[in-house]
Amino acid sequence: MTVEIGTRAAGGIGQRAIRPDGIAKVRGEFSFAADLWADDMLWGQALRSLHPSARIRSIDTSAALAITGVHAVLTADDVPLNRYGLEHRDQPVLAGDVVRYTGEPVAVVAADHPDTARRACAAIVVDYEILDPLVDAERAVDAAEIHPDGNVFRDLVIRRGDAEARGPVAVEGTYEIGMQDQAFMGPEAGLATPTSDGGVDLVVSTQWLHNDRDQVAECLGLPPELVRLSLGGVGGAFGAREDVSLHVHACLLAARTGRPVKIVYSRAESFLGHVHRHPARIWMRHTATADGQIVSFESRILLDGGAYRSSSYHVTANAACFAAGPYRVPNAHVHATAVRTNNPPCGAMRGFGVVQSCFAHEAQMDLLAEACGLDPVELRLRNALAPGDELLTGQRIEGTLPVAEVIRACAAMPLPAPAEDDTLARPGGSGRTAVAADIRRGTGFAVSFKNLMYAEGYMDGSVARCRIDGGIVTVSCAAAEVGQGFVTLVQQIGRTILEVDDIIVAPADTSIASAGSTSASRQTMMSGGAVEKACRAARAELETRAAGAAIDIAALTANTPIDVTEEFHHRLTHPLDADGQGDAHVSFACAAHRAVVDVDPELGLVRVVHLATAQDVGRVLNPLQVTGQIEGGIAQGVGLAVMEELIVEGGRVRNASFTDYLIPTALDAPTVAAVLIEEPEPGAPFGAKGVGEPPTISSTPAIVAAIRAATGAACTRVPVRPRDIVS
Amino acid sequence: MTEMYVLRVNGTEHAVADAWLGESLLYVLRERLGFPGAKAGCEQGECGSCSVLVDGALVCACLVLAAAAVGSEIVTVEGLQPDERGATTDVQRAFVETGAVQCGFCTPGLIMAVHALLDRDAAPTDLAVREAISGNLCRCTGYGRILEAVEVAVSSRRGGAS
Repeated sequence: MTVEIGTRAAGGIGQRAIRPDGIAKVRGEFSFAADLWADDMLWGQALRSLHPSARIRSIDTSAALAITGVHAVLTADDVPLNRYGLEHRDQPVLAGDVVRYTGEPVAVVAADHPDTARRACAAIVVDYEILDPLVDAERAVDAAEIHPDGNVFRDLVIRRGDAEARGPVAVEGTYEIGMQDQAFMGPEAGLATPTSDGGVDLVVSTQWLHNDRDQVAECLGLPPELVRLSLGGVGGAFGAREDVSLHVHACLLAARTGRPVKIVYSRAESFLGHVHRHPARIWMRHTATADGQIVSFESRILLDGGAYRSSSYHVTANAACFAAGPYRVPNAHVHATAVRTNNPPCGAMRGFGVVQSCFAHEAQMDLLAEACGLDPVELRLRNALAPGDELLTGQRIEGTLPVAEVIRACAAMPLPAPAEDDTLARPGGSGRTAVAADIRRGTGFAVSFKNLMYAEGYMDGSVARCRIDGGIVTVSCAAAEVGQGFVTLVQQIGRTILEVDDIIVAPADTSIASAGSTSASRQTMMSGGAVEKACRAARAELETRAAGAAIDIAALTANTPIDVTEEFHHRLTHPLDADGQGDAHVSFACAAHRAVVDVDPELGLVRVVHLATAQDVGRVLNPLQVTGQIEGGIAQGVGLAVMEELIVEGGRVRNASFTDYLIPTALDAPTVAAVLIEEPEPGAPFGAKGVGEPPTISSTPAIVAAIRAATGAACTRVPVRPRDIVS
Repeated sequence: MTEMYVLRVNGTEHAVADAWLGESLLYVLRERLGFPGAKAGCEQGECGSCSVLVDGALVCACLVLAAAAVGSEIVTVEGLQPDERGATTDVQRAFVETGAVQCGFCTPGLIMAVHALLDRDAAPTDLAVREAISGNLCRCTGYGRILEAVEVAVSSRRGGAS
């Protein structure tokens, strides 16, 4: 059966459909996890370690318990199974014998008021024996182990082609990437309610309900069916909600007190309580022929994973597999290592390992262009990957990957007008003193590609259910809506296939099977695919019942509802072998970015004026949402380029607030112009690719290239600081 | 230290009983009076997600002591539009239709800020809009669709006036 797309239904695939939750959100009625409330509810609060490395001699909770309004104080001894972790269970729910990072939870309190809970935390006496923290990632491999599982999360080598091959032109550099935070606007929040069957209901803001459910059940010592999770309204995610945060704490407190317990992180606690983007140090050397064809590529990548593993293992693979960028590289040696330190744990953030590598390889491509006397755009075109080419891992690109097309389209976009004569439009804004005559404009270019979906043999899937009862269509799927607009897509798919206007999107919870994680740009394909299959199955049943007559959906489901559940899988991938070779990835997307910046070179101030981009999207399912992902992703790339870094000194975060960790405001965000390149991806629903990550990846190196062009400064580190420009 | 006081929110008086006097206006609105529209994003006046009007001035509710707002006229996002189901102001409608809403956590604060701007300047320049909403952090949109929404609201008001 085939269904023509977008022919009948308004608000279907390809249309500017609006969000089903949009009205509730603008009216302030949408319920975020922090808005949850229950009769008789208590407030939970964690006490966190002030030290990056210490032995816990004792914890005295008696003074906290004596405070009026305090109902429970729990420590490691109260956790049935005291370990969890996204991919590997190496992290305690509450630290028992040692603390391994500043901010690690040591105790949790339930009280009748959030301020009572905070006072109770302050009254807990922890006797620490302070140890020397391991904070230098370069030392971690050889240092004494700070965890029974060792100090190396992954050590990955990729060997391709002839190890001795070299071209006549060589460029090399060492690059550093600072620790970026996802800084979503809605801090972590959840409400746990004990149930009469001895289980717990947890409503929580997360990216993956089922993975959380399994970890919570393990830690509580409960069978999974007694732990029911529902998605609380999520105020942004960007990778930071892949790991369990307050989940187990809230459930433990609810079980202990027999009352609902709500936990809402403060902003400072949010900065300490979730993983960050891995800081990295990357060395690269490229050699090429005189006319700019890459001959060899070598790289050494070191990622600081912080105290616990989280997703470091797969971040390492991404950093390594995509280290050379979207270019043909016949001979390569890449060595990537992620290590454990007493720094804050790092894990998933939009771009997932590729952001770090891309900053380095794009700086290298500009050096190579200069060494070969070529225009940077021309050099990239000469080396651009295309379908049929092989990656560093030997994998042949089988889907679409229009690298040359995005490069050409982006380079051809019109440049912005000269700067406005307004102090607000100058580098530093009205509060600084950039002098108009000193401002220099620069333009930079960068290209990236990244895998979509999970990799290395992971058996990924998603499940969706379509129920039609008396003509009312309800679609259920456990995919986490975190702001990206999956709920809109569900309605668009349903309208297109079933040709009805109203599609009810059921709340996401664990009553249905897993939809996998809202990460890796995967939900459009995976859960979009499951929803498409379920709706098509329902459509087929309608056609059977109609037996050739016109479909009257209400009449055909008036007596017997249609209720179908379908599962979607992508094709199998495989692990990497000892040489880092293998078909490890499903699908790829590429993007090109051209940045225009104004810089005051004396003050080291930068204003990012304009970002032009061309992005490989497969097929546009919703122009509003694709544009929103591109503009939002670029703003995060701007942040990493010139503003955002969690400053960690001696294992302590020094700027855990929006006063000191600066994310782009409306005055910092550039004007964005985007061209969408549509080459439908085989095997993907409607040919669409996930679009969330590419905008964040090459926007950063494009901006830094523009700063180099304006100033001549080397800028081998992001974020670029005033002193990197002035000195 | 607790005391009974009365706050006037969206035109209606609300008694606040047995509250600790150290509570912020944001906390009292959200947790005691049932107005969760203002959001706690940072609780130090940096993110603007808790923006409300106090006697017509746009303020961060997290920085105002609730007890200090006694006698003032407080307007929250819940008080902007008619009470009926699904009703929206022109600014709210423009946000939905232009794709200016993603996760939506910053949205109520931005709606308040844009209304406050357009009430004092019916035809702001692009830079004036950026300046006016620069106290409202958004992490999802990069502000592009939000600027578009403001433009749509401005032109719809202009169309309505002519």
